[in-house]
Amino acid sequence: MNAAQQVKFYQVGSLAAGNRLLDPELRSDQADPARSNALTCGHRACQGCGEALGARYVLDAAQRASGGKVIAVNATGCLEVFSTPYPQTSWQLPWLHSLFGNAPAVASGVAAALRAKGRTDIRVVGQGGDGGTVDIGLGCLSGMFERNDDVLYVCYDNEAYMNTGVQRSGATPPTARTATTQAVGEEPGAPFGQGKSLPLIAMAHEIPYVATATVAGLRDLEAKVHRAMGLRGARYLHVLVPCPLGWGTASCDTVRIARLAEQSGLFPVFEAAGGEVTEVTKIRRRVPVEEYLRPQKRYAHLFTPEVRTDVIARLQRAADRNIARFDLAEEVVS
Amino acid sequence: MLKQTEGSRAVAETVAYCRPEVIAAYPISPQTHIVEELSRLVKSGALKPCEYVNVESEFAAMSLCIGASAAGARTYTATASQGLLYMVEALYNAAGLGLPIVMTVANRAIGAPINIWNDHSDSMSQRDSGWIQLYARDNQEAADLHPQAFRLAEELSLPVMVCMDGFVLTHAWERIEVPEQAQVDAFLAPYEPRQVLDPDEPVSIGAMVGPEAFTEVRYLAHAKQMQALEAIPDIAREFRQAFARDSGGLIHPYACEFADTIVVALGSVLGTVCDVVDEMRADGVRIGALGITSFRPFPLEAVRTVLGHARRVVVLERALAVGVGGIVSQNVRTALSGIRLDGHTVVAGLGGRPITKESLHRLFADAIAGRLGHLEFLDLDTGLVERELARMAQSRRSGPSAENILRDVGSNR
Repeated sequence: MNAAQQVKFYQVGSLAAGNRLLDPELRSDQADPARSNALTCGHRACQGCGEALGARYVLDAAQRASGGKVIAVNATGCLEVFSTPYPQTSWQLPWLHSLFGNAPAVASGVAAALRAKGRTDIRVVGQGGDGGTVDIGLGCLSGMFERNDDVLYVCYDNEAYMNTGVQRSGATPPTARTATTQAVGEEPGAPFGQGKSLPLIAMAHEIPYVATATVAGLRDLEAKVHRAMGLRGARYLHVLVPCPLGWGTASCDTVRIARLAEQSGLFPVFEAAGGEVTEVTKIRRRVPVEEYLRPQKRYAHLFTPEVRTDVIARLQRAADRNIARFDLAEEVVS
Repeated sequence: MLKQTEGSRAVAETVAYCRPEVIAAYPISPQTHIVEELSRLVKSGALKPCEYVNVESEFAAMSLCIGASAAGARTYTATASQGLLYMVEALYNAAGLGLPIVMTVANRAIGAPINIWNDHSDSMSQRDSGWIQLYARDNQEAADLHPQAFRLAEELSLPVMVCMDGFVLTHAWERIEVPEQAQVDAFLAPYEPRQVLDPDEPVSIGAMVGPEAFTEVRYLAHAKQMQALEAIPDIAREFRQAFARDSGGLIHPYACEFADTIVVALGSVLGTVCDVVDEMRADGVRIGALGITSFRPFPLEAVRTVLGHARRVVVLERALAVGVGGIVSQNVRTALSGIRLDGHTVVAGLGGRPITKESLHRLFADAIAGRLGHLEFLDLDTGLVERELARMAQSRRSGPSAENILRDVGSNR
């Protein structure tokens, strides 16, 4: 076990400090120098990793919400590999990794043990990437939802199998280039129409809480973790975490790209309870999908050698459909 | 309490007396009666505190056990056949993480062709998974092995499989001495985990280990399992003191002293084997039987001591290692390395084929007369397989063997 690590507080002395000008109760968990530090620095994530950012915010918020009583269960994947190269660990909370496809069931087992021991104060967070969640772990996740086990499961969605070298997953969006959906042929990239929506699948289980978030809205992400931790039963949080390596974006652009995913309508941000959407984050500045696609090398084949306006138009229609379906357009104040 | 009861029920009741705190349940024949009875015991309040979790697959069952055990709960599940294979990835993981989960395997064949009846193909396929494997001779031992399994698992921090023959034992009604709660409590102390997920003392379990230490970790897994060779007899001795009956241990030699021929077997077939041994002994044949209870770890020294003086050894295999023959035989041969004797592998009772006394009499007589080959299949219908082999030789598109044989069997009726 590492010695507890002092929280680094980068923004001291800056007027742009993270929410320090707000009332204390409105401030971000991360703005508190006395916060817990679930995932310490020194781990081996790539520069600009969205998953590392998302996981730190999620677990710090979960710890604060539960008074530091959190057990984390991790699926195999980038997050597990970059955080625990034996004999080192970046985790400052009890953490268990078993396999790729079983994190939800392992988390259910931890929750069952805690119930049997009467430890209702200790809470369980399961976490995995999109491969471990939407593909290989889906059966276990559905079982956990169906039993309404007291677990918050968080999917860090970077839209492909990044840990094994960027292969397509069930969450890879249409036309995206991966190592197994190459940018060649008549319809380059992921076959059109693919990409599962696990938030909708989760909602179909009518569990107490389902939410989506991105690392562009970190305050929103924290708030959703707090909301989820205030509830009992199966809860699901789907966080979009851009991957600079897999998406072919600059490591300084992770947050910007996540925001563009949100603003284009391709990634709807909402909350649901018992199978019904209860809250959506309206798009304040709507952008065409092209603005989101263009900076990413995984979509480069849509722009060179010629611009595939037909494909871009189809993606735009998908975004428009999301905006209509989830009512994401900001109401015009007259 | 001595009572007439079903094997599964005796196991379930005994498991309940072991006070498991988490039970994962998924149905697969012939294991179902065990988890059904445990469901009743938990729901009726006879066993508490205990979380009984209905899961969506065997993979989830073992995964749930991993989480529960790592969080410090005494954990139990049961499975069989395809179910055991469906949880394989999690099986290795439970062993690698050193989690003292106890699981009953109601032994059953593995498809295809699908077959729900008994043999040892399922658990034998997991011989290298890092689980301790104990095989029960009868229902009394099947029940008794469970408190011993929890003791063993928790002493060594390793998972233990209690293997009992599907249907032959699980569904058989017998007079069984089911222990009392107080007896089991005196024998089995509450679970104290070696390492537990606790927010007050956070640990990371399941880290990634690279080439610099992986061999050492695996070596230690082996060394730890070998410790069971001492722990198993110790626990069996204590069990005998506490319950006044013999169950468990590494091996069960039967009439092996001064035996020229010794038959090695695991599980319920030992009852029939010992009957035949008795009858042949009465006729002056120097034959004995060696039951192996602990298949993993394999008690090399104990087996060598018993078999080393025999002239021939017949290993009755309840599973087939396709491409080589016997599984148990390979282990027996390791135990006997450097000792010259006649060794015979006999594959018997696959997929529920009865192993009759008549067949065994014939088989052992053949062995003693030197008529037995190195690899034999007991009661194999040679006509049937020869017809199919001829058909296969005739045409590459001869169709699936199972269906062809079924048609042949049908046309003979």
